[in-house]
Amino acid sequence: MTLLYTEVEEELRAAVRDLLADRCSPSAVLGRVESGTPYDAELWKTLAREIGVAGLLVPEELGGAGASAREAAVVLEELGRAVAPVPFLASAVLATQALLTAGGEAAGELLGRLAAGEATAALAVPFAASPYAPPAPAAALGEDGTVTGTVRGVIGAEIADVLLVPVRLTRGTALCAVEASPAGSAGGTVRVTPATSLDLTRPIATVSFASAPARVLATAGGPETPWVREALLRGAGLLASEQLGIAEWCLATTVAYVRERRQFARPVGSFQAVKHRLADLWLEIAGARAAARNAAARLAEAPVAGPPGDDAAVAVTVAVAVAQAHCGAVAVHAAEECVQLHGGIGMTWEHPAHLYLKRAKADQIALGTPGDHREALAGPADLPAPV
Amino acid sequence: MTWDEASVAERAAAFLAAHDPVAMDRLEFLRARFDAGLAWVHFPEGLGGLGAPRELQAVADRELRGTPDNQPGRIGIGLGMAAPTILAFGTDEQKRRFLRPLWTGEEVWCQLFSEPGAGSDLATLATRAVREGDEWVLDGQKVWTSSAHTARWGLLLARTDPGVPKHRGLTYFVCDMRAPGVEVRPLRQITGEAEFNEVFLTGVRLPGALRLGETGDGWRVAQATLMNERVAIGGMPVRRTMMEVVADTWRSRPELRTHDLHQRLLRLWVESEVMRLTAARLREQLAAGHPGPEGSGMKLAFARLHQELSGLEVELLREDGLGYDDWTFRRPETVDFLGREAGYRYLRAKGNSIEGGTSEILRNIIAERVLGLPAEPRADKDVAWKDLPR
Ligand SMILES: Cc1cc2nc3c(=O)[nH]c(=O)nc-3n(C[C@H](O)[C@H](O)[C@H](O)COP(=O)(O)OP(=O)(O)OC[C@H]3O[C@@H](n4cnc5c(N)ncnc54)[C@H](O)[C@@H]3O)c2cc1C
Repeated sequence: MTLLYTEVEEELRAAVRDLLADRCSPSAVLGRVESGTPYDAELWKTLAREIGVAGLLVPEELGGAGASAREAAVVLEELGRAVAPVPFLASAVLATQALLTAGGEAAGELLGRLAAGEATAALAVPFAASPYAPPAPAAALGEDGTVTGTVRGVIGAEIADVLLVPVRLTRGTALCAVEASPAGSAGGTVRVTPATSLDLTRPIATVSFASAPARVLATAGGPETPWVREALLRGAGLLASEQLGIAEWCLATTVAYVRERRQFARPVGSFQAVKHRLADLWLEIAGARAAARNAAARLAEAPVAGPPGDDAAVAVTVAVAVAQAHCGAVAVHAAEECVQLHGGIGMTWEHPAHLYLKRAKADQIALGTPGDHREALAGPADLPAPV
Repeated sequence: MTWDEASVAERAAAFLAAHDPVAMDRLEFLRARFDAGLAWVHFPEGLGGLGAPRELQAVADRELRGTPDNQPGRIGIGLGMAAPTILAFGTDEQKRRFLRPLWTGEEVWCQLFSEPGAGSDLATLATRAVREGDEWVLDGQKVWTSSAHTARWGLLLARTDPGVPKHRGLTYFVCDMRAPGVEVRPLRQITGEAEFNEVFLTGVRLPGALRLGETGDGWRVAQATLMNERVAIGGMPVRRTMMEVVADTWRSRPELRTHDLHQRLLRLWVESEVMRLTAARLREQLAAGHPGPEGSGMKLAFARLHQELSGLEVELLREDGLGYDDWTFRRPETVDFLGREAGYRYLRAKGNSIEGGTSEILRNIIAERVLGLPAEPRADKDVAWKDLPR
């Protein structure tokens, strides 16, 4: 297991970065945020089909690239660096992980469509859900095989063709696939209502299902939804790489600015109060890189979830929780320093710093807060809480 | 030959078969281990090594576990700083003379850099070295010199040319701590003991053969020492960490736990893990031949973590935290950041952000050399040392 980047990973990074430099400049992202179509469907199509990022986590026999969490992590670093408004995390990570855990023919067929970039999916679970306490399903499966219920705070729903919905059964739970625009159905509807979101580049939405026709992908006997827990945990581990990308952009942009900006007849970056803050931030980011790489490597080593509590599962949980507990806060700190050290310009709508601040702050809450992840470490670290 | 895990393990096994660690005299065993190239495998053959990759040292250490060791806590400055500096800048004769007894622990080393007037601004130091025939005559005062009281040799930086700007007029020496005119006096520390000393140098005569590197090139040689010092303090894989010490206290004293302490402890556990991973990544980069800039940050992270953890432990202990094990004025032979009790650990950790370059200086280094931020305006550039304002 290496914490460095392999050559293949660097090539993938370069391809994604080139495309984003061309098609996803900060001003382009800023121009889109209030346009009514917050997600960039064209950019996503190119990323998914031409670079093939949609199928990274999908095994080859299902039509995917058969790559691993390590490659997905590198893509997320670049997407974070550009605050790119594409549903990679929503579809190619969260929904894909849920489907991989569900297994079976129907899920496999859907994974093939996602990998080929023919369809985009979203997991109809609040983005703020913690993998350590996944919410109970907000929707129910009727006897007629349709889904009814409302889920708030979902990412990627506006651009999804298929929604993966955890549902209650009379006994147990199930994961269902619901087409976003049900064709020729008898009155069933799916309504996606965008919410005014803190994060302008990855907004949330409320999804309401009313007797929407559904396909059952997997069922579980108890109250738990293992597909959701696994997707949230693995998604949290990979989100650390996006947070790393955000933090790196913020540091690089801030360093470049304070080297140029002059006050008191010298660059403001020559003042020690500024230098020391940036040195501390650099150190936090060096730690974030190591922790995010470690989480990706551990996830790649154990692509299929083992039984909870076995050694590999514990190693994955520790790596994910450490990465999230650290990287979530580092991205926010980097974005806050970016705003502060830009002075007035950092406070403007015109400068892209706020896009990063909003993404970083939303990411800190997403898939469990740093506090949730720290608490999850008490067991594995053998640091028991007070009785 | 190219060494790998198997061949190093084989060599260690063969060495053990020929040298019984129980029957042999401890020192003889260590000397033989040095001669077998199993002291520091990345050093050249004949100098205690095999010319093997550095990470294979762990293989040799593993194979030789339980055999007499060289008590690294006594000779940390020799192992961590003197050895790499001598290897990089010493003559063949100096390498042959110094490295073996350094490694076996027969000869302790100390570092005679800091002076009353020169700490962070080390290059401004005033100890003079004047050439007389084939000898150098030294006069001046050094301070904060750890283990000077046990040392046989000292790494010494002195001014040989006051007429040029401060960085240029320095020369690096190996100081014979037994030479007439070397006087070592203990300096008592906040822990009660005296790990460090002040060292007075009065007409100390050193033969020319004890100069390390070229005359006037002392600053460059000193950089190698300082770089290795930071790695030695911050980046070494250790047998036990401060986190483990504090975690053990937490586990064994359930009645002291509070929710607030639990939150803070978990936060520090995450930070320790992040530091461990950062160091692991750094070692991988080094092994791959791409030394990353992370190195300069490790000591900074290490100091903060040590201080926060040891502070938390004293607080956690409540009533016991009001006590202290022993204030007796002693001159210890070893340096152990984790030694003794919580109060000692807390106080000793305060030195971690001062020794080997303060945390403020390390932040300057990261900001300027890693991030490329502009230097502060300076009053001491291009001015001969003797003309600097004092
Ligand atoms: C436990 C211990 C062991 C030691 N062992 C040795 C040893 O064996 N050999 C040896 O040679 N030395 C040793 N030292 C000395 C150590 O290297 C110096 O103390 C250190 O370099 C700081 O120098 P100073 O004490 O003169 O502090 P100063 O340089 O006077 O610094 C005082 C304060 O000012 C800050 N400061 C100084 N310059 C700047 C700047 N440019 N920007 C921002 N802040 C600044 C410092 O960070 C510090 O907080 C030891 C020190 C300790 C604590």
